[in-house]
Parts: sequence; C-alpha cells; structure tokens
Amino acid sequence: MKKIINNLADIIDEMMNGLAGSYADKIHRVDDSRVLAQNDIAEKRVALVSGGGSGHEPAHAGFIGDGMLSAAVVGDVFTSPTPDQILTAIDEVDQGEGVLLIVKNYTGDILNFEMAQEMSEMNDHEVAIVVVDDDISVENSEFTAGKRGVAGTILIHKILGDAARNGASLSELKELGDQTVAKIKTIGVALGAATVPEVGKPGFKLGEEEIEFGVGIHGEAGYRREKIRPSKELAQELVTKILADYAKKPTKVGVLVNGMGATPLMEQYIFMNDVLHLLADEGVEVTFTKVGDYMTSLDMAGISLTLIDLGDENLVAALQSEVSTIAW
Amino acid sequence: MNLTVTEVQAWLAKFSTAIVENKDYLSDLDTPIGDGDHGNNMARGVIAYEESVAKTTPKDISATFQALSMAMLSKVGGASGPLYGSAFMKMTKATKSVETITSYEQLGDILAEGLEGIKTRGKVELQDKTMIDVWDPVVKAMQVGELDYDMVETAKESTKDMVARKGRASYLGERSVGHIDPGATSSALLFKMLLEVVH
Repeated sequence: MKKIINNLADIIDEMMNGLAGSYADKIHRVDDSRVLAQNDIAEKRVALVSGGGSGHEPAHAGFIGDGMLSAAVVGDVFTSPTPDQILTAIDEVDQGEGVLLIVKNYTGDILNFEMAQEMSEMNDHEVAIVVVDDDISVENSEFTAGKRGVAGTILIHKILGDAARNGASLSELKELGDQTVAKIKTIGVALGAATVPEVGKPGFKLGEEEIEFGVGIHGEAGYRREKIRPSKELAQELVTKILADYAKKPTKVGVLVNGMGATPLMEQYIFMNDVLHLLADEGVEVTFTKVGDYMTSLDMAGISLTLIDLGDENLVAALQSEVSTIAW
Repeated sequence: MNLTVTEVQAWLAKFSTAIVENKDYLSDLDTPIGDGDHGNNMARGVIAYEESVAKTTPKDISATFQALSMAMLSKVGGASGPLYGSAFMKMTKATKSVETITSYEQLGDILAEGLEGIKTRGKVELQDKTMIDVWDPVVKAMQVGELDYDMVETAKESTKDMVARKGRASYLGERSVGHIDPGATSSALLFKMLLEVVH
C-alpha cells in the first residue's frame, strides 16, 4: 500500500486539521470532536448537518457554507460517525429553529443518526432526518437494507440548504427532502477498487480490462462485471437504466457526473459529453450539470451518473443559487 | 450462581481480550460480506471500555454495563456500535438495583433485555443473519440454565447458511450464503467468555 499518511491512528485527526487549517475563513473544527462546522451560522434558520464515514471527500465537509450545510460529522474511514459526535454537531449549530440531519442510507449511518436524534430530543433540540437512497443499482426490497445513499446526496445538501436559507421550517425541509430524494437516481461503475488504509489491500479485485456496474461507494458489489467498453457504451448503459427507473420519463433533468477518486477529470468530461448527447437523443432537456469529484470512494477508479428530475423549476433555481463552500 | 460486579468485570475483561486477539479474524470475516472493519471497530470499543473502567472503577454491575455501552456507542461506529451500545444500555437499566446475579434465570432475563435493545434498534428478526441469531438462542438457553459452549458455537455457525437481510451484507443476497456473520461471531465471543466466568 502506498499512501501519503503518517500513523494510521492519526489519519482522521490530521485530515480534519488539514481541512480546517486550509479553509479557516469558512470552517472550524469543534474542539475535541469529529465535527467540522461553519464559522458564521445564520440565526433564525434551520441548520443542516450531514456526515458519514471518511473517504468520500470532499463530502461532506466540503459542502459547509451559507446555503448548504452548517456542519459535517466525520467518521472513521467508511464507518459511520458515532451518536455523541452527531450530538455535538447538533449542539453546535442549532439556532433554535431545529436541525435537519441528511443521512445516506446505510445501516450504520441510520442507526447512529437515529440514536443521536433520540439523544438530542432529550436536550430539547428539534431534529428531523432525511434519508437519501439514490443508488438504483440495488433492488429496494424488504430483504435488503434498501437502496444506498451515494452521490445524489450532494444535490440534497444544495436544494435543502437553499430552502433553509430562504426560511423553510424543519417540517417543510423534511417534506421537500423526502420528495426530492425520490427524484434522484444514481448508478456507479468501477474500474478498480479502493484501498482502505487500515486494511491495506484493495476491497475487491477486477481484471486488467474488467469493470463492474453498480458498485457502491464503499466497494459494495455491483450487478454486473464485464470487459471495459468505450465511454459512449458505458453512458448508454447507465442513462438507459436510470431513465427506465422513472415511472414517467422526465422532460427536464439535472446531470451529475461524479468521479470516484482515481478517475481523471478528462475521462469524466468525455463521459459527460456522451451522457449529454444521449439525453438529447432521448429528447430530455438538461437544465443543470455538474462534473467532478464530489462523493469519492478513496482511490477507487470509476464514476457515477446521477440524474435528478427537474420538472419543478424551483429545484433548478435552488441548484443554481450562489454558495460559498470549499467544494460545491 | 453468584455473579457480583467482580465477576461481571472479569467477564468483560475476557471479552475485551478475546476481541483484540481475534481482531484480524473478525475483520477477515467481514471482508467478503461487509467492509472488512468489524474487528478494528470492535477493538476500538473494548479498548475504550478498558480505559474507562481503569479510570472510573465502576462500583456495581449496572455501572459496568454502562461503561461498556458508552464505549461501544462512542468509539465503534458502524452498525455494531449502536447495536452493542443499545444492548448494554438496556442491561444497564435492567441491573439498576442488582448487586448479585444469583440464578441462570435472572442472568437470562437481563440478557433478554439486551436482546430486546438490539431488536428494537436494528429492526432485526431471527434468520436475518445478524448477531440476533446468536443472542436469541443464547438468551433462551441461559434462562433455563442450559447454555453451554457448543450451543454458542452452533448458533454462530448457523449464520453461515443464512441469506443476509440486514446491513451491508444484504446487498449480496444469495451470495452472502457460506459466510459466517461477523457480528454473530463477536457476540459468540461475548457469551463464550461469560460461560468461562459462570462455570
């Protein structure tokens, strides 16, 4: 394993301090905690908190800022943060209007955030949870933990952050969040696995020319392995599958092409070019685009494609509104 | 049976040692059906428990369970932290005024509270291929004074043939068959160490 680190035990602390030290004008680390928080939190607004395991940088701390998150809770690599840390974030950011937790649908995250919600209610905080489950490569049945929450989460940060800035109440944000999550669909494709520092070896093995569709952001197994194909054909696979998953084909969409960590932007732009052509052929208008590394998986090679149904013009405005964050 | 705070702490000290000794094994079990960190996560929790006990020297059984609960909740993360944390939180409540555990039935009833905590928190049922598949038969056998080492081992092994329906392993569906559940394995260590203290 080759990684630019010091002691394994210190990687999270050192990463957090590096982040906070680089962007001291925007964020700070709450003392003795796993919480990064916004410096100047606007009063009389619902505060948004997200978080999860590390290894997905710039998610989530990169999205702290007015109009997005107020704080991010940082877990160990690919491991949910603990309830006491989530509670610290809630204590830090609550301006009296309540706190909305945005959680990716993974069992560990759900359990820890739910416990934090219960504990925070004892401290007289009003807290609601929006669960993001945009990964449609997983069948949503009672026999699984449900669809996973992946790159589409950052669109929820943006849309709900904008609504909170415009004065939406906690219950309105919860409702908007649940409605919007249903409009977001993502599938990933991996070219190579991530190496978790504590483990020291790649989480799965792909052949020299092999790719895997549907891999999760922690290297969870996908739905099919095959030989690498031209970008155009990968785009075709993902666009077709995602559009087919909508009950009614959307007329306007937003497109997020997300790098998994080790895929060059050049390839992401090429892939985006193919996606835009395919959507034009399908007669689907694209009213918002975003491409880059937003929800990574350490050094996994690959990309994910996220579409969001933007039939509602308000969502476009929310996605396009100005924010000052590290990474949006 | 005469389990005082001394024996309970001896039990949990043995459990801590067993987790640390089996750290790599637990993580290896977690690699094919999870994300390969169960041993590391659990080790963080039990080490924090040991530190907390050394610092605060809990005076009774309930305070001891609470120390483990808080260590698991605050240091483990993932799904295991809240699940073990909830179990021992319930057992903390169930032993509030208990100085000595004097019967298998009483011990079983206390563990049953822990089991309830896991079920409620994780919304887990039997046969989901989780730690419940060890906890449930263990509790029932303990309540009637029939728990032995083999039973714990059998319960753990039974998860091998199950299809995971909860947690990250559930995404594998049928492909999770053939692998022992890591959470069931750490729970089996918990109860094997309990048997060492009880006998």
